[in-house]
Amino acid sequence: MSDVLTFRFDVDGENFTSAGQASVQIKKNLRQLGLPPEIIRRVSIAMYEGEINMVIHAGGGNAEVRVAEDFIEIELVDHGPGIADIEQAMQAGFSTAPDNIRSLGFGAGMGLPNMKRYTDSMDIQSKVGDGTRIVMRVDLTA
Amino acid sequence: MKICTIQELLSARVIVGEERLGDHVYSACGSDMMSDVLAYVKDQAVLLTGLVNPQVIRTAEMMDMICIVFVRSKEPTPEMIRLAEESGLVLLATDKRLYEACGILYSNGLVGNKVKRAAL
Repeated sequence: MSDVLTFRFDVDGENFTSAGQASVQIKKNLRQLGLPPEIIRRVSIAMYEGEINMVIHAGGGNAEVRVAEDFIEIELVDHGPGIADIEQAMQAGFSTAPDNIRSLGFGAGMGLPNMKRYTDSMDIQSKVGDGTRIVMRVDLTA
Repeated sequence: MKICTIQELLSARVIVGEERLGDHVYSACGSDMMSDVLAYVKDQAVLLTGLVNPQVIRTAEMMDMICIVFVRSKEPTPEMIRLAEESGLVLLATDKRLYEACGILYSNGLVGNKVKRAAL
């Protein structure tokens, strides 16, 4: 495999207002690389939902986006409470977000399903009390 | 439909993006839930919403939308206006409610996501 371009971001968990900054930045970076708009949209939406999740549930975390020749990989790592039942969390409409988050337009239980929808593969590893690691991949080959 | 036509139909005020009022849009959606916008919307160009926080701007940006209409006389904050300017988004504000605003645009030919927006 040829060179992999890596972008790293710290996701600030203190401030819901600033959530999404890393996704906005990665969108700019991918545009500069001249990737197809549809790919850029899928990667940035998946990352945006992940970022929002990290801010809502985990007090922030780290994001890494790796751009390889034939895929883009997004890795999100947090040290939040973990996901007790991943299968349940993956169901559209299931949410543990507090009401104040709902009034901000999120917490509809669509975050993880949306991340899966927009990527070609998604792996969730989570341990209660320890944190969550999600790796998503978008293929660049048609 | 041109953005300036949306502005006229909804008696909307232009908050930012005057220079893009001549741009054409072919579809729209209305929602206060940003996760729903991110889930169900494809190739939409206009977001109508009563929600006011910076995530509305980011959601529109992620979806490659070009115009947000704030309904029910909601006013975006200076921070939101700054973010919209950076992203080249048009922000409009109308005193109509979400249902009514969507209905007016729909009945004048701006449909949901049946029609694909022209390539950027």
